[in-house]
Amino acid sequence: MENEPIILLEHVTVTYQDLVALEDVSLSVPPGAFLAIIGPNGAGKTTLLKTILGLLRPVRGTVRVFGKAPWELDGRRQRIGYVPQVMSVDLNFPVRAGEVVLMGRYGRIGLFRRPSAADRQAALRAMERVGIADLADRPIARLSGGQRQRVFLARALANEPDLLLLDEPTTGVDVAATESLYELLRGLHDEGITILVVSHDVGVVAAYVDMVACVNRRLVAHGRPDEVGGNVLSCMYGPEAMLFGHGPVSHMVVVPSGSSESPQVSPPESR
Amino acid sequence: MLELLSYTFMQRALIAGALIGALCAVIGVYVVLKGLSFIGAGIAHASFGGVALGFLLGVNPVLTAVVFCLLTAWGIGLVSRKGQIKEDTAVGIFFASTMALGILLIGLMRGYNVDLFGYLFGSILAVTPQDVWVTIGLGAAVLGVVGLLFKELLFITFDPEMAEVTGVPAGKLYFLLLSLIAVTVVVSIKVVGIILVSALIVTPAAAAYQLTEDFRRMMALSVVFGVGSTVGGLLLSYWLNTASGATIVLLATLAFFVAAMCSPRRRRRPALQRV
Ligand SMILES: Nc1ncnc2c1ncn2[C@@H]1O[C@H](COP(=O)(O)OP(=O)(O)OP(=O)(O)O)[C@@H](O)[C@H]1O
Ligand SMILES: [Mg+2]
Repeated sequence: MENEPIILLEHVTVTYQDLVALEDVSLSVPPGAFLAIIGPNGAGKTTLLKTILGLLRPVRGTVRVFGKAPWELDGRRQRIGYVPQVMSVDLNFPVRAGEVVLMGRYGRIGLFRRPSAADRQAALRAMERVGIADLADRPIARLSGGQRQRVFLARALANEPDLLLLDEPTTGVDVAATESLYELLRGLHDEGITILVVSHDVGVVAAYVDMVACVNRRLVAHGRPDEVGGNVLSCMYGPEAMLFGHGPVSHMVVVPSGSSESPQVSPPESR
Repeated sequence: MLELLSYTFMQRALIAGALIGALCAVIGVYVVLKGLSFIGAGIAHASFGGVALGFLLGVNPVLTAVVFCLLTAWGIGLVSRKGQIKEDTAVGIFFASTMALGILLIGLMRGYNVDLFGYLFGSILAVTPQDVWVTIGLGAAVLGVVGLLFKELLFITFDPEMAEVTGVPAGKLYFLLLSLIAVTVVVSIKVVGIILVSALIVTPAAAAYQLTEDFRRMMALSVVFGVGSTVGGLLLSYWLNTASGATIVLLATLAFFVAAMCSPRRRRRPALQRV
């Protein structure tokens, strides 16, 4: 029982009308894993998270979360924390940060009931943990992008989740804040929380996670960061990308051949 | 003033007006924040078909209108959630077809019905004691549901996906919200009329939105604007001898423009975006 995967996808295909966003994806995530999901824009990363959350249903294949179909989880659903990609809500909505964090517990509080002192405590603890306790009374419209991301992370943590899914939590966040976010995630991981994080910061992520899944409509590669290595680059930038590795993974440099859309870092001798 | 309040018809009008002003203002907050204004207008126009059917069958038009509006609200919700048709397209179709049905039904009636005209434009001074009781009953029911599910309705308005993920039945609550809008519309048409009811739902909430960044405060302000507009509009319409529904809506619109001028949201926007 202990080793039963917390997330299991088998030959999952997800479509939006006639657009195939994910095709034949199989993925198994053991409890306590710290997994990074990487891939280019439009690769289906958000779609993958939403499928795990039960917000989207696959047209083919099976999805199991905690051993059940995600839309059948119901009570146990309360154990999932989700930090959506930015801009998924109206940022001018008249609501204060503290209230947003407390929303993370509305599901477990149940219909018709008011939040208890314990619920408010949990929300406060979550805010302290991500360092925004002083922003509780601030309307969300008056937060910076980075502060807002931390509010949404605190909302996920307020629910005391066993499984935490984050969709590009460091978009528009500076280097220091990115590092501190990943340090925080490492701490949560050490407490036994299973974490899936969608990210574009391949280099940073590799230093923290213990597994990488590379998605580009299909699951291109899946394994430990050092094993996935070159595959990661071909997943991100196409099959012709070359890898120059000097030492640790976080110093990878990409030289794409052909594709003009890819970020280019030319080696000095080519000048 | 005191003399005016001693007329029983005026007392009834003011009680019904204040209740409806508050009810529309509360529901309006969700309508404005969730972007359901067009759905609200669609449901309001559907009530025309319901009222006409009531007159044709000889039953209380409020009853048939409730059924009609609920079915329309659920229809719009179903079609748009399936995702085959965009929400506003669905509303556009229901909007016109229920209105057309109403016109067709009126054509089947012998003679012209003056009462029907009252439903279209509102006739608050013809509010009967029975109407007041219906307003109190249905209004209390809607406000009671909002009170009981306050935190859930806030959650699904702000972030329905996250609500769903954490075990709040967002889909069902969305249908409940559409139903609350439908009942609010029907309760209100006697006072402001089918054509203007969506304005009474949207305008006070939109004015309140200009003035605060706190959800509860927005609702409280919306109620102040809503009740102020209906009560003030009724008294004004009596003194100026103007149509009550139109006076109420114009007063609410005036409040909206004043609120928009004083809005901190407007001040905070960068100068470039200011029109
Ligand atoms: N609601 C939707 N309706 C139709 N197509 C969609 C929808 N959401 C996403 N898609 C399409 O599905 C594909 C995968 O989208 P998805 O949002 O999962 O990508 P992503 O990997 O998260 O991209 P990004 O890095 O830009 O966030 C894209 O081609 C996108 O255009
Ligand atoms: Mg995405």
